Parts: sequence; C-alpha cells; structure tokens
Amino acid sequence: MTGIFLQAFIYLVAAVVAVPIAKKLGLGSVLGYLIAGVIIGPITGLVGEETTTIQHFAEFGVVMMLFLVGLELEPKTLWSMRHRLIGLGGLQVSLTIAAVMAIALYLQQEWTIALSIALILALSSTAIVLQTLNEKGLNRTDGGKSAFSVLLFQDIAVIPMLAFIPLLALPELIEKAQSAVATAAEHHDELSLVTGLHGWAYGVVIICSIAAVVIAGHYLSRPLFRFVASSGLREIFTATALMLVIGIAALMSLVGLSPALGTFLAGVVLANSEFRHELESNIDPFKGLLLGLFFITVGAGIDFSILSNQLTIVLALTFGIIVLKAVVLFVLAIVFRIQGSDRWLFALSLAQAGEFGFVLLSFSVQHHVLPPDLAQTLSLVVALSMFLTPGLFILFDKIILPRYEKSSNDRKADQIDEQGTVIIVGIGRFGQIVNRLLVSNEIKTVVLDHQADQVDIVRQFGGKAFFGDATRPELLHTAGIADAEAIVIAMDNPEASVEVVHYVKQSYPKVKVIARAFDRGHSYRLRQAGADFIESETYHSSLEVGGHAMKAIGLHPFYVEQQKATYRRVEEMKSDKLYQAWQSDATEARYDNNYRKLFKRLEERMAEEMTVDRNDKHSRSERGWTPPPKGYTDSLAE
Amino acid sequence: MTQKVLVLYAHPSQHRSEANQPLYEAASQMPHVTVVDLYAEYPTFNINIDREQQRLMSHDVIIFQFPLYWYSTPAILKEWQDLVLEYNFAYGSRGGALKNKVFFCAITAGGKAEAYRAEGFNHFKIREILYPLEQMASLTGMRYVAPFALFGARTAKEEGRVQHHTQQWTALLQALIEERFDVAKANEVGKIAPFLEELITEPAS
Repeated sequence: MTGIFLQAFIYLVAAVVAVPIAKKLGLGSVLGYLIAGVIIGPITGLVGEETTTIQHFAEFGVVMMLFLVGLELEPKTLWSMRHRLIGLGGLQVSLTIAAVMAIALYLQQEWTIALSIALILALSSTAIVLQTLNEKGLNRTDGGKSAFSVLLFQDIAVIPMLAFIPLLALPELIEKAQSAVATAAEHHDELSLVTGLHGWAYGVVIICSIAAVVIAGHYLSRPLFRFVASSGLREIFTATALMLVIGIAALMSLVGLSPALGTFLAGVVLANSEFRHELESNIDPFKGLLLGLFFITVGAGIDFSILSNQLTIVLALTFGIIVLKAVVLFVLAIVFRIQGSDRWLFALSLAQAGEFGFVLLSFSVQHHVLPPDLAQTLSLVVALSMFLTPGLFILFDKIILPRYEKSSNDRKADQIDEQGTVIIVGIGRFGQIVNRLLVSNEIKTVVLDHQADQVDIVRQFGGKAFFGDATRPELLHTAGIADAEAIVIAMDNPEASVEVVHYVKQSYPKVKVIARAFDRGHSYRLRQAGADFIESETYHSSLEVGGHAMKAIGLHPFYVEQQKATYRRVEEMKSDKLYQAWQSDATEARYDNNYRKLFKRLEERMAEEMTVDRNDKHSRSERGWTPPPKGYTDSLAE
Repeated sequence: MTQKVLVLYAHPSQHRSEANQPLYEAASQMPHVTVVDLYAEYPTFNINIDREQQRLMSHDVIIFQFPLYWYSTPAILKEWQDLVLEYNFAYGSRGGALKNKVFFCAITAGGKAEAYRAEGFNHFKIREILYPLEQMASLTGMRYVAPFALFGARTAKEEGRVQHHTQQWTALLQALIEERFDVAKANEVGKIAPFLEELITEPAS
C-alpha cells in the first residue's frame, strides 16, 4: 500500500512541477508530461518496470478522449466527413506503408518484417495530436479537421492490422519461441468471447455488438440519465458516465474490437442528447489525468542504455520516419487542396508514430513476427518521435504560422467575422423568450438547465437544450464559455445567478454577461459581481401596463410614450445613485437610513420630472417638441 | 489650426449597406473626426438633447451622412433636428451656437446623376432637393457647402465605384481638418464631388 502511495506521489509531483513550467515556456502540456516522465524514469530512476503496466491502464485515457471527440461530432457531421476519412486516411496509411516497406526492404529486411514495421510506423499518435490541437485551438481549422479524419481512419485500421500481423509470423522465431511456451501462454489468458468462432460467426458478433451500442445509446441512455439526474446526486451521474464508457470499452474488448472505436461510436450516438455537456464535464477530468499519465509513461519508458548504444541509428530512424511521413502527408494535403498554413499543420502534426505502435509492437513480438531486439529499437523510435511532436507544433506556431498570417492580413478587410454563440442558462418562461428571439435570428445558442423535465419540454417543441448545472465551472467550460460571445443568466436561484456572474466575469472577462434580476437588491448584487447588462424581470412589463392604464383614462398615446421614456431615464439615473449608496453602506445593514432617505428623495425627483410641464416649465421629454415663443419670427427677419 | 469634424451618420439598415458603411468606417479611423452612429446610439429615438448640443458646440464642421430616403433624410435625422436645434440654442434671440460652423450633407442616392435635373425623372437637382437642410444651415448661421453625393448607389459596388468615392471622402475630410478646403467656392457649385480637385488645395510641404 505504501508503495502505491509513494509511486502515485512521484507521478503527481512530476506532473505538477513539469507541466505548468512547460506550458509557461510555450511548449504545451504534452511535452511537459513527457519531460516529467523522462525525469522520473530514465534520468533519476524513481520509477521503473511498472511503467508498462501503468501505460496499459493509462491508455484508457485515449478511449475516453475518443468518447469526448464523438460527443462533439453529430452523426450528420461524421457523415459529411466520409470522403476525407476514407480518402485522406486511406491514402495516408497505404502510401506510408508502401514507402516504409520499400525502405525496409532496401535495408535488407525480410519482407514480412518490413511489412510489419511499415504497419507499426504508419500510425500516428491520436493522444498527442488531439490533445495539442485542442489546447492550441487548432481543432476547428481545416488542417486540424483533416488530421482528425486521418487519426480516426487509423484507429479503424488498427483492427484489420491486429488480425493480419499473426499471418506474418516467421518460422524460425516460432521455433525459438517453442522453448518458451510458458511465457507465451500468459498472453492467451485474456478474456474473449470470440476465440474459436468461425469467421462468419465472428462477423455476426461484431455487428451485433456495434448495433447494441448504437441502439442502447439511442434509446436506453435517455431514460437512464433522466432517472439518475432526478436523484440530484452529482457523483452518481459521474458514476453513470464512467459506467457507460467502461462498459462499452469492456464489450468491445470482449469481441476483439478497439475500445476507443466503440466509445467513439457511443459518443457520436449521444452527441444529440441533452445530457451531452453534463457527460463531457464529468468525463473530462478523468480523461485529462489518464492522458497525462499516459504521456508520462511514454517519457519514462525511453531506455537510455539502448539509446546510447544505438544513438546514431535510432536518431537516424526517428528523423527519417518523421520526414518520410511528413512528405507523404504534405503531398496528400496538396492533392486534397488543403490550403496555406493548414497544409503545414496537417503534415507536421501527424508525422510521428503513435501509441498504437506500442500495441502493435508487443503484439508482433508475441506472435513471433519481429525479433525482440529489433522491436526494442523500434519502440524507442516510436517513443522518440512522439517526444519530438510538440517540437513540430512549436515549429508550426513560431515559424510557419507567422509567415501565413502576414499574407492573410492584407485581405482581412472583406472577411466577415463568424458570429459567436450565446449561452443561455435557465430555460424557464424567461429564458425561452430570449432563446426564441436569438434562434429565430439564426444566432447559435447553447441552452442549459438543471431540471431534466424543463429540458425535455423545450426539446418536445423542437428546441435544443442540455441538462446541466451551470454553477459548475466544468459544465460552462464544456458548453463552450471560452469561445462564447455572451451568456444570458436566467436561472431561478438568485444566489446561484450571482455566483455564475462572478465566476464568468473573473475567468472569462471578455464574455458579455447579461443577467436577469428579481428585485433591486438582487440587481445591485449582480452589478457588484460584474454583470454587463442587468434587466429586472418585471420592470418592462410593468411599465407597459402602466402605459396602458394612462391611455385607458384618455391620455394621448404619444404623450404616454414620452412619459414612459422620462420614467426610464430618471429610473436609470436613480438606480445608479442608489447603487452607489448601497455599495458605500456598511455591508451588514444594506438598507439603512442613508439609503432609505436617498430613495425617498429620488422618488420625489421622479414626480417632479413628470410634472414640470404642468407647472409651465418644460420637462425634458417635452423639450424638443416645444414651439418657439409667439412672435419669434420678427427677430429672425434681419 | 486643426478643425474638428462631426459626422452624424444615419442609416437604418446598416447590414445591407454597401456604400455608406465603407465611408463610415473610413471616417471613424481618422483623428480629429468624431463619427456618431445615430441609429446605434438612439435605437428607440430617445435622443439625448444635451449630449447632442454639446457635441455640436465642440466641433467646427458638421456633416449629415445618410442614404437619401424619399428625397430627404432618414427619420432619425429629422427627429434629431426637431429635438436638438432648439430655439435659443440654434436660433432665436439667444441662439447662435452653430454660427460660422461648416455644414454639408454626404449622401448616397439610388438614382443616376442624370435623373437629378429638370429633364430627368427626379425633376430637381440634388442641391434643390436638399433645400430644407440648406435653409436650416442658413437660419442657424452655418456656412453651407453643396452636397457630396454618390449617385447610382445600388450598383456602385458592382461597378467598383465605392473605393474611389471613399478615397475622395477621406481626402475631403482631411482637407476640412487642415483648412485646405475652399468653403466659399463650394457653396457656388451644385455638388462638390466632381470639383474636389479645384476645391482642395494641396498641403504646403
């Protein structure tokens, strides 16, 4: 037990120290984790052999990441990606395989070894690339989207590769292995539902399990989440989210499919669900930690003794593979008309080998396709190329992007900025009107409410709303507060709304905050918390009703309108003054004498402003419409 | 001495604007020019009279910039006149706040230049159509300059005329700021855009 605590502590310390520093230096969090791994692994030797075991566990972070990626992708979007996915992804994998294999053959390798090396190196690192693209906000660019298509294709391609590699087994390696049957047996005790099944039966099982994920995701998830949400227990919702992801991963492993692919599929199915943002905010911290752990283990797994023995050859292979992959990608980028800086982003981001490379490596050794010493060298190449990837991103950021920015600045004038989204918190009667106005103007909104029934009602009328508690920063984050233009806070709980205003204004000062106030005191507190616009929920309708009453007793509609305008103007001035008085008053007695006196005085002022015209002075609202005095033309005729 | 220029811009449909918006944007980039988007500042027509009078007093050149609507200004500019140009401020025995300021209209008109003459289908010259504003300037003691107009504004963008007009506009504003503009002569013509070269003197370098 003590050992586990100590180990966990070492990993955490390394991450806590290295990652913020790397981030500050502009290296990105991934490189921070990798460096942390190198420090605790090969350099100081604080952690040792267990890293491989931890790595298998940490790979689950990749599974969670793909679930989150799936949540962001509606089926419709995925369908529209199909050409890129198959064309770009397929060509990347096949061209890279061909090129690597040719070189390996040229280097006098057996063709089976050459092919398996090519398969291993053709894959890129989903974990590093997606994490870095997200962190740098590049995932919405053309280059980022293309990179994602290729990564997704690779994740699918792993499955046939796993089936194909055992066929490449070398007879002489098998002979050697037979003396070590005991070790080999260890690898066959994994649970599986499909061992010993015929090909057609295997196909049926796969199709059934995919169908199960899609159908259950579509029809069963909603009642389940509603049931859990109604309990109001946050941790149970988190448990449900984890249960879902882990369950799907388990099912996929049982039938021999990639867990990452299964959860990705589940994510896509749930992308339209009202629970999407709540799910994201629950899974996201786990994903972050596990991915971090995964990167640390990659760093820790670099074996310095082998590296120093074969330094030149490892370095040459690493740079060779990066350049080769980048060239293939760059050519594809030209063929697929990816423009400008995106072309470089696409080529550089995917030039490394990836974590699936490790999986395939150990798999090929198990199946006697690759000799162990060659596999060790290759695993170093894979790790090193992953290690260098953040450097390629920095190269892109610092050298390539500035060059393209210069040239694109010239034509910025005629570009129309894409409209930002508006987040609406609380979709009761108040929020619904706000949402309808915005949506009918084709403004993108993200609607959140903490009551599942309320969300359901909105959805029944064809609106789009998500379940979630907006007082949680993670939820606001997954709802996209960082990129939102404005947030409308129309929630029922006055305390909570002040809290949200405060949080948003502190963390995202650029986002405009529009808040609904219940009464005067609430509006002062919202203002103090930093809300940009505050509207009292009853003010405007009351003013309208008052106006109707004035018209009903026979006053002229335009006169009534002007008196309403006066009321608004004086009220605005009044609330400014009252706010200042409220603010300067002692905190414990907000409504003390000072404030009350001022309130009374201002009320009198209002009455004055309204009646000045009757006392033969001109009120301001009347001012402009006052005719000049009788006989004024005499003085004009000069 | 540098002159301060106030552009009162009235366009009720800016998201459709092709000619006025570039002029507005160009002017708002210039130092010594204050540009007021009246429809943005007073979307409910509740014009703040004190603020507007203050603005008038702190500038030397007053420009109304608007698309011609039914041979006149968009409604808010009329509202603005009705409210801001008060007796004993702009005119009257204690008036005269606007005396000797320079005033003109920068307009865009849908009709072609040929339409704005006795034989054309609009029957009146553009300056004649704007007589009420010329008289407003006269009554308030301002020095009137003939309108700066872009004709055929609906097709100006397609015909590539907006950029040239915008260049003329900024040159005009710059000349006004530096007092290189012949105001007296600009009162004698029917419209100023065709005569800018004669009206603007080159800066003494």
